[in-house]
Amino acid sequence: MSVENVKLLMDGREVLAAPGTNLIEAARLAGVEIPHFCYHPRLPIAGNCRMCLVEVGLPQLGPDRKPVLDADGRPRVNFGPKLTIACNTPVSEGMAVLTRTPRVIKARRGVMEFLLINHPLDCPICDQAGECRLQELAVDYGQGCSRFVEEKEHKPKHVALNAKLMLDDERCILCSRCIRFMRDVAGQDCLGFVARGSRSTLTCYPGQEPATNYDLNIVDLCPVGALTSTDFRFRQRVWFLKETPSLCPHCATGCNTLIGSREDVVYRQTPRDNPAVNQCWMCDQGRLNYKFINDPARLATPLVDGAPAEWPVAIAHVAQRLAAIRAAGGQVAGIGSARATTEELFLFAKLFQVLTTSPQIDADAESETRPTETAASLDAVCRPGLRPGANAGLLDSVPRSGAADKFLLDADRNPNMRGAQLAGVAAHPPGSRLAELAAGIARGEIKALLVLGEDVTAAGIGAELLAKLELLVVLDTLPGATTAAAHVVLPGASFAEKGGTFVNAKGRMQQLSPAVAAPGAARPEWQSLSELLAAVSSRALRDGQPKAANAWNVTTPVFPSLGKVFAAMAAESPALKGWTLDGLGSQGRDV
Amino acid sequence: MKVRRPKLTFLDRLYLPQILAGMWLTLKHIPRKKFTRQYPEEKFKLLGKYRGAPVLVRNQDGQVKCVSCQLCEFVCPPKAIRLFPGKRDPHAPAEAKIEKEPEDFVIDMTRCIYCGQCEEVCPEQAIFLKKTFAITGYKRAELQFHKDRLLELGGVHEDPICKWKKK
Ligand code: SF4
Ligand code: SF4
Ligand code: SF4
Ligand code: SF4
Ligand code: FES
Repeated sequence: MSVENVKLLMDGREVLAAPGTNLIEAARLAGVEIPHFCYHPRLPIAGNCRMCLVEVGLPQLGPDRKPVLDADGRPRVNFGPKLTIACNTPVSEGMAVLTRTPRVIKARRGVMEFLLINHPLDCPICDQAGECRLQELAVDYGQGCSRFVEEKEHKPKHVALNAKLMLDDERCILCSRCIRFMRDVAGQDCLGFVARGSRSTLTCYPGQEPATNYDLNIVDLCPVGALTSTDFRFRQRVWFLKETPSLCPHCATGCNTLIGSREDVVYRQTPRDNPAVNQCWMCDQGRLNYKFINDPARLATPLVDGAPAEWPVAIAHVAQRLAAIRAAGGQVAGIGSARATTEELFLFAKLFQVLTTSPQIDADAESETRPTETAASLDAVCRPGLRPGANAGLLDSVPRSGAADKFLLDADRNPNMRGAQLAGVAAHPPGSRLAELAAGIARGEIKALLVLGEDVTAAGIGAELLAKLELLVVLDTLPGATTAAAHVVLPGASFAEKGGTFVNAKGRMQQLSPAVAAPGAARPEWQSLSELLAAVSSRALRDGQPKAANAWNVTTPVFPSLGKVFAAMAAESPALKGWTLDGLGSQGRDV
Repeated sequence: MKVRRPKLTFLDRLYLPQILAGMWLTLKHIPRKKFTRQYPEEKFKLLGKYRGAPVLVRNQDGQVKCVSCQLCEFVCPPKAIRLFPGKRDPHAPAEAKIEKEPEDFVIDMTRCIYCGQCEEVCPEQAIFLKKTFAITGYKRAELQFHKDRLLELGGVHEDPICKWKKK
């Protein structure tokens, strides 16, 4: 059966919509907004708010089942005597919809007046104010003053449904979105209405409080401030929040999010629509996992042997000591976190290609160009036989897993394990080389360890092993046992403070964007890695003879921007051929 | 361009007539009523609609009226207001329905331009431009008025409606 688009008239404008589309979506196609409360594109239709009433007309059919034409040759349309709800009316051929007639406007005003009869209108203390559909539509269809002189109905206020949710029944407009979400999406049928008429009250079944990992989605769904998040409640007004599209770093699903921040403080994360990943939901664990960004303990200055240092000094110091260790025949190993971005992991892997290759590689490339200057020349240095993954035995990443659920949460709690494997940092299976690495340190062969964003003491490389190292360099955001043991600490940026990409469990590459600034002198790891790469691949070091510090081009990063890192990565990886960072867009691409 | 010097007459060049005329003007003012004010000892008489510094008020029950809705913070043109919203105990009887109160409320008096937008926008009638003026200090920090200071300056504002009691 062919699925032909249906042609209908929306306020006199012709629209083509797929059969089965409801009138709200069809109107959206025509650029017309039909106000609604209870309808939500990803929930079953309830049709109980009556805000979406419109005039619907069908073509008059003659005895031959053909539309009857009027004098101008246009099909004659018969409008029904009553208004119809747009959310539950599918399109049909020749249908005519009027959304702005006086009758419709009057109906909307009527619905609005009914909704506001018992509404407390406590917008000044309501967290939804600023993103409240009732508030917005009251501006369009509300009346200046109420005709209702009786006492308003009083219902329970500030009821803690569970530790995450606060319910204010007076503000509820009985749209049932939350009920439908909990029943049909989260799979716990626990909310419902009790009592009738104006006393109808949303409540949860006694002894059955919402207990899923998706409860907070009903806060986003609730068109008013009836359901609010205990975590975000009263912390900041939504109109002050800057919303930055980002990704949830909590698990390998990579839900698309918006980070709400004001003046470098992150206040909340909300899901962002992506049909290929998370639709428009996200789990509560991920949503609430942002507090570490504003942790006052965040690392904010580079530390060399425990003393604060400037960036160029710290980078030069690392490069110098790495060179000395290599000159003495010591091995260098690395542990990269699958919480880092693909770009960072790529640079990390590159760093090891340079470090683990002996100085005699491609003398010709060196004689032609100064290898530190451009990405292209760096490529030339690293290219021969050095595809990611070629430095087996020295690099790995730490696996991290937890219980998965049947919906979004993935068992792999690393947001970018696929990216780490793509970059050649993670072994197959991830973490399988860690024991080997620990043994290398124990035997005293591995003299230097570079750690990117992990606390390795939790991954089998304890403090006593770390103490054996001649050089431990850690790039991380928060202090821990590993940074405490480190000779050089390079402060990094959290996921909300940098750009970059994550590859999710299904192989979709999506990008982060910076929402807030990193604390103090901390900066995205890709910048530090890029400078480090420049420093270690500089001529002086590759000869294994450290010269005066100023002979190294440490202040000139190899990659001036993240886009360039991505381009270099795309050039080396067949899976990413021809890709650009901007080309990923807001929804990502499948690798 | 050449600027021509005016041709001065003999009298002009004497200067004496001008000096005398000036002195005459001064002398004329001596017996008149003085309008120099000995500020700051002698304060201005402010007119009824005078708008001075914005301050916070309490109602007759001693309740802070501000509910930290942050509208004034949003509307303030020079961004002089900074608010730190806090929670009230929702179960304490007096404030049963309010739930919110600013933890701190800072007005940077070095920034405020006394425009009155905050008073205008406030849904709670909690902030008023009172007749306080000439705010001085030795340090910038002294001119950051915090909640306690603002409430002290504001005093009590009779609230005939007390809307929260009826909620
Ligand atoms: S739900 Fe909306 S209209 Fe009701 S008090 Fe909250 S912000 Fe105001
Ligand atoms: S709590 Fe919100 S989502 Fe649930 S029925 Fe009431 S208004 Fe709708
Ligand atoms: S009077 Fe104007 S400038 Fe001063 S705090 Fe109020 S809104 Fe801001
Ligand atoms: S507008 Fe009024 S109630 Fe709102 S924060 Fe300012 S002073 Fe407080
Ligand atoms: S949106 Fe159609 S009835 Fe609520």
